[in-house]
Amino acid sequence: MTGTTGATDATDAREAVTRAHHEEWARVVATLTKRFGDLDIAEEAAAEAFAAAVEHWPADGVPPNPGGWLTTTAHRKAIDRVRRENKRDDKHKEAQLLSDDERPEPVGAIEDDRLRLFFICCHPALAPETRVALTLRMVGGLTVPEIARAFFVQETAMGQRITRAKAKIKAARIPYRVPDAQDLPARVSGVLAVLFLVFNEGYLATGPDSDPVRQDLTAEAIRLARLIRTLMPQDGEAAGLLALMLLIEARRSARVAAGELVALDEQDRGAWDPGLIAEGHRLVRERLATGQAPGRYQVLAAINAVHTSARDYRDTDWTQIVALYDQLVRLDRSPVVALNRAIAVAELDGPNVALAAVDGLADRLDGYHAYHAARADLLRRLGRSGESRAAYDRAIELAGNTAEVAYLTRRRDQLV
Amino acid sequence: MQYLFSVIAEGPAQATQEEQAAVDVFNDRVIAEGHWVFGGGLGETVSATVIDSRGAGEPIFSDGPYVESKEYLAGFWVIEAADLDVALKLAAEASHACNRKVEIRPFLQPE
Repeated sequence: MTGTTGATDATDAREAVTRAHHEEWARVVATLTKRFGDLDIAEEAAAEAFAAAVEHWPADGVPPNPGGWLTTTAHRKAIDRVRRENKRDDKHKEAQLLSDDERPEPVGAIEDDRLRLFFICCHPALAPETRVALTLRMVGGLTVPEIARAFFVQETAMGQRITRAKAKIKAARIPYRVPDAQDLPARVSGVLAVLFLVFNEGYLATGPDSDPVRQDLTAEAIRLARLIRTLMPQDGEAAGLLALMLLIEARRSARVAAGELVALDEQDRGAWDPGLIAEGHRLVRERLATGQAPGRYQVLAAINAVHTSARDYRDTDWTQIVALYDQLVRLDRSPVVALNRAIAVAELDGPNVALAAVDGLADRLDGYHAYHAARADLLRRLGRSGESRAAYDRAIELAGNTAEVAYLTRRRDQLV
Repeated sequence: MQYLFSVIAEGPAQATQEEQAAVDVFNDRVIAEGHWVFGGGLGETVSATVIDSRGAGEPIFSDGPYVESKEYLAGFWVIEAADLDVALKLAAEASHACNRKVEIRPFLQPE
C-alpha cells in the first residue's frame, strides 16, 4: 500500500513540476531579472530551482505554493552565485543584497516583469533568429537542446547564440522595461512576429527529415500568445494573433493525412477542433465589437474565421473573404498577401481572372513554392495541363515541407 | 553609459551643405539634452597613417588606412545615454542628419 502511494506521490510530484514549469518559469525568470538586472543569473538560478524541485518534491511533497517555493529557491541560488562572484568585493555589496532581499515585491508588478521579458528577448537590436531562441529559452523555458532540435541547429551553436545575446544585452545595456508609448506599437509587433515565426515553423515545418506538422512548436507558440494576450488585454493585434493561431491549429488534424497535405476543399471538417474554433471566433467577435481598425493579424484571423464558419467548402462566403483580403492588401503590401487574395478571387471570379493577378507577381515570387503551386492549380482548372505540370514541377522543387511535396506530386501526377 | 556612434560612409566623405546643416541641428540638440560627450568628422582615408610600435625597434609607419574597403569611418560621436533604447533613437536621428549609416557600440563598463 505504502509503495503504491509513494509511486503515485512521485508521479504527482513530477506532474506538479511539469505544470509549474509551464506556469511559473517565465515568472521566476522575469522576477529574478528585475531583482538582479541580469538575464544570465536569472536563467541559471531558475534552472537550478526547477532542478531542485525535481529532486525534492517527490520526496518532500509538493509545496502548497509551488510558484512561491520556486521563486524563493531561485532567489537564494542567485544570491549564492552573486556572492561567489563578488567574493573579493567589499562587504558593501553583500549588505545591499541583503537589504534588497527584505524589499517586498509589489503584487501587480510581476505581470509587467513577464512583459518586460518578452520585450527584452524580442529587442530589435538582436537578430531575428536570436529573438526566437531567446524568447523560447527565457519566456518559454525550453532548454537549449530543445531549441536547437526545433530549428535543426547544432546544440553548441544554439548555446552560443543565446550566450552572445545575453552578453550583448548586458554590454550594450538593452533595457528591461516596457517601451514608451511612442515605440510600443512597433515593439509589440516585433514580439508578435517572433511568436508567429515559431508557430509557422511548427505549422509548415521545413526540412526533409522533419515531421510535416510540429505540434510542439505550434503548441508553444499558442501558449506564449496566450500569455502575451493576458499581459496586454487591450492590444488588438495580440488578440488577433492568438485567434489566428487557434483557428489554424483547429484544423491541424485534418490538414495532413497519410503524410500528405490535405487542401482546404478536401479536409474533413468534422475533424476540426470545435473548442479552438469557438475560442478563435470569440476573439474575432470581441475585436470586431471594439470598432477599432484592425491590424493584419486581426484581418488574417477574420479570414480564418470565415473559413471555419463554413460547414462545407462550397458554403464559404468568398465575397467576404475577398473583401477581407482587400483590407489586408491595404495593410500589408507583401506579394504573398496579393497571391492569397488572387487564390480567393478564383473562387469568386473564376480561375482566368485569378491567373492574371497571379502572373502579375512573377518577378517578385518566382522563388516561392506557393506561387507556383497556385499557378499550377489555376492552370489545371483552366485545362492547360502542360503549363500546369511545369508549374507543379517548380513548386515541388521549391517546397520544403514533406507533406506539401507529397500533395503537389499527387496533383501533378493526376493531370490528364 | 557611453556609446560610440561610428558614421559609416560609402562614396564621398565630405558632407554636403544640407547634411552639415542637419548635423549641426542634431549636435545642438544632443548638447542641450546632455547627451553630447564628443564628436567630429574625420579627414579622408588617404590622410590616414598606421603606426605599429609593438616591437622593440623603431615604430613602423605605413601610409594609408589599416583596412582598405569600400565603406569607411567618416566621423563619430561619443554619446551619453541611459540605455540602448535611448541610444538607438539618437542614432536614428544622427543617421538621418548625416545621411549615412551609423554603427553603435557601447564603451566597456568598468567592472
